[in-house]
Amino acid sequence: MSAPLLEARGIVKSYGQVEALRGADFTLLPGEVVALIGDNGAGKSTLAKILSGAERPDSGEIAVDGEPVVFGSVEEARSAGIETVYQDLALCPDLSPAGNFFLGRELLKPGLLGRLGVLDNAAMRGRTKEACERLGVQLKSQAAPVSTLSGGQRQGVAVARAVTWAKRVVFMDEPTAALGVLQTQRVLDLIRGVRDSGVAVVLISHNMQDVKAVSDRVEVLRLGRRVARFDTARVSMEDLVGAMTGAIEHENGR
Amino acid sequence: MDRVRLRDRQVVWIAAVLALLLLTFSVLRPGSFATSFNLLNLVSDAAILLLLATGMTYVIITAGIDLSVGGVLVFSAVAATKIMETTGSLLLGAASAVLTGLAWGLLNGVLVAKGRIPALIVTLGTLGMSLGGALLLTGGVDLRAPGDLNLGLGLARWLGVPQIAWICAAITAVLALALARTRFGRHTYAIGSNAEAARRGGVAVNRHLIRVYGLAGLLAGLAGYLSLAKYGITGVSAHSTDNLQAIAAVVIGGTSLFGGVGTVVGTVIGVFIPVVLQNGFQILGVRPFWQQVVVGAVLVAAVYVDQWQRGRRDQ
Repeated sequence: MSAPLLEARGIVKSYGQVEALRGADFTLLPGEVVALIGDNGAGKSTLAKILSGAERPDSGEIAVDGEPVVFGSVEEARSAGIETVYQDLALCPDLSPAGNFFLGRELLKPGLLGRLGVLDNAAMRGRTKEACERLGVQLKSQAAPVSTLSGGQRQGVAVARAVTWAKRVVFMDEPTAALGVLQTQRVLDLIRGVRDSGVAVVLISHNMQDVKAVSDRVEVLRLGRRVARFDTARVSMEDLVGAMTGAIEHENGR
Repeated sequence: MDRVRLRDRQVVWIAAVLALLLLTFSVLRPGSFATSFNLLNLVSDAAILLLLATGMTYVIITAGIDLSVGGVLVFSAVAATKIMETTGSLLLGAASAVLTGLAWGLLNGVLVAKGRIPALIVTLGTLGMSLGGALLLTGGVDLRAPGDLNLGLGLARWLGVPQIAWICAAITAVLALALARTRFGRHTYAIGSNAEAARRGGVAVNRHLIRVYGLAGLLAGLAGYLSLAKYGITGVSAHSTDNLQAIAAVVIGGTSLFGGVGTVVGTVIGVFIPVVLQNGFQILGVRPFWQQVVVGAVLVAAVYVDQWQRGRRDQ
């Protein structure tokens, strides 16, 4: 077994009186899809925020490739190759796919024009098209604003953006929550595509079918702690639900 | 793709309306409307408003609003006059107008971005403060501009066109390009479209908003100086509806009050439509008050079209 790509130990995080995480652990190996599941309030989103730099833990350790790290901001997590697809996608509806893709990291023209802040739209469009094609996201037009795309295409743009910038890990928070059956299928294909391109995926989901369909492993949080880990291929739906609800506890039960 | 065409179509539509107006007035009064003298008049009437409207375009694209431009214009003109009276230097006067405008704009920006006060309230407040401040400084009596400014820059022409118009046109062109082609412009659209997404994408949203309001203030300050040159007086009571004129021009030009959408080109057309109407009505002998009525109707129609497009999009 290779060293974990991303590992968290004993993460504690409180919001006022509420203890969201009480010593949570998490392990992600290179090139796998891990589903992070749990009931409402189990701390999934909090853990994801901490691991992607959006929040800071009160205590606990995070390590990337076995090296301890402290993420003070989303930017710091990004520079470690970690990106997040937010549940609301964080797209600007009036910008083109390329505009969204390069939002905050715009490419500038070479030379004097670039120093004046002039955008290199052709290059950005080209790279966006490339990235979308690689992940099987089909866009009718590169110029149309994102607001004209279907929900699935928007999801595709957001995922493709995260994957393009993520060198190591992509967190996806409920990526299929708002989607229909066909669109969900496309996103799951996308997740497999991401894994095949060598980037690990953390899938946060309520949907056990999605979890079973796409993940390699499952980690279960309950009341702010990791209570179980499973190989997806060898776990039943009953076990997953049992671990989420507390009927079964087997942290070391692999 | 539909919506892009619709948006482009809106600018094309509004350009067609302008062309139609020009054509109608020229046909009805070929002797007076289409003369170069009258066209020059149109341009110079529009030039100073164009500066205000261009700044307003940036602000409205961020989903903000700036009601203070008229007050900032007057305050900057008063400040410039005072400086010129004291120092005798026109250059220092221009600099002080621009810096005064910038300072008001930055104040707006800081209050909107950091203070989290709605832009409508912030700029309504600074409108009152700047107009009131100008009245305090002048005692309510208009100050006269130095003669060599009024008779110099105020009358100067290049190729037969007033220098003031050249200056405004050049600045507008640069800002049109900056909005459409630069990172600054892209971030302006992004913030108006989805400020939270822009922030998560790494755009320094607060800093950018402060800069945008600062730009609008700076342009209002410059407009104050140019207006001083053109009319020779500070005009303390002549600018209370500048903000509405500028907003009307921006919105008629296809910029959305909801942010994220708009162009400076549209705004240029939006500035000229009321000006052409007013001028045409005067020449035709129609009572000029009709201009206000017609512009009001066009404004409502423009916002209706915008709402309708958003409704289609959000279905």
